[in-house]
Amino acid sequence: MPTLTEREQLSLLIEIGGLAVRVNTTDPGFLRLLQDRYAGYVGGPDRALSAAEVEFDIELVQPGLGDPDADVCLTYREGRWSLERGDFVAEWEPAKRRGWIRQSNNPYSIDAVLRIVHTLLLAQRGGLLLHSASAVRNGRAFLFAGVSGAGKTTISRLAPADTTLLTDEISYVRKSDNDYIAFGTPFTGEMAKLGENISAPVAALYLLAQGSENRIDPVSPGDAVRSLLANVLFFAEDQDLVQAVFHSAFEFVSRVPVQRLTFVPDSRVWELIK
Amino acid sequence: MSKLYVARNPRAAARSLDGEMMIMSARDSTLFTLNKTATILWQSADGNTPLDEIVTQRICPEFDIEPGVALKDAEDLARELASHEIMQVSDAPIAASASSPTTQRNPPTGNAQ
Repeated sequence: MPTLTEREQLSLLIEIGGLAVRVNTTDPGFLRLLQDRYAGYVGGPDRALSAAEVEFDIELVQPGLGDPDADVCLTYREGRWSLERGDFVAEWEPAKRRGWIRQSNNPYSIDAVLRIVHTLLLAQRGGLLLHSASAVRNGRAFLFAGVSGAGKTTISRLAPADTTLLTDEISYVRKSDNDYIAFGTPFTGEMAKLGENISAPVAALYLLAQGSENRIDPVSPGDAVRSLLANVLFFAEDQDLVQAVFHSAFEFVSRVPVQRLTFVPDSRVWELIK
Repeated sequence: MSKLYVARNPRAAARSLDGEMMIMSARDSTLFTLNKTATILWQSADGNTPLDEIVTQRICPEFDIEPGVALKDAEDLARELASHEIMQVSDAPIAASASSPTTQRNPPTGNAQ
């Protein structure tokens, strides 16, 4: 794909979890769409566009490229990642920090690309993208993991006023020196509400289960690792990155309490989460 | 009957936690949690020790099991693990191996969003 010229290029820095991705387009309408979609995550005037981990040129094509519900195909060959789903095609050359995306004028395709790119960026840094809601309370982050229907959205909606929602769907976790930090994300679930762009040390990961009472139960280390891995978003069939994610899960479990949170759908469950 | 040799695939990610051995296939991200027998097999799979020797000298002494049955089980297990590329099976010694085996699987990777 030809690169965009400086003259016609419109750029935006989308910064999630402290990692910035620059996107270039020639379409002012698409730029505005991205500014709205990622409000709160768009780099401010003090952030240099050169701070990006990756830079994508976006080529907009007519709708009808393909099925957005198709599986993602992610391959790495000759120093280049290829990302493909029914509704987009993209490439990314990490050594050059450059790539391109071909998609129609919609926010969903680039959102999928960003999720995939961040899983790769995080895997290299000991971090994880998790199928979990997360929220900050009293300066500490709590993660709530589970498959669709487990209660991520429900517990997010029940959060009291002194709680800040980071996400109701995809949690962003990075390793710090001795602990893990959860960041807000614009990746939304049923609530369709962007998380706050803040971060806090992770205090606990709760595995959600709905029941007839509110209680927290211990989880064996093995079950904790299995449950964590079952909720990790990762797409690449790459030996080194799979190993990195695998070992990151063990590292996470060794540093963060993982417990089962059974709850009834009312706000009293938050009395257990402080 | 020819000897069978088994070796851990160094490409597989393996880790022991609280007495449980877990292995992940780098090819398809399948997660295996090994039972006690499979853990012994994984730890013994050096590529040079024949499978029947592993069974008679390391597995049978630990469990009350008939050697023929144990060997058949071990061979089935080794071949299943090999199908996920976390173990290598050969009728000749296998050079330069590294570590793996079993029963429970989880799909650890996410789907497209």
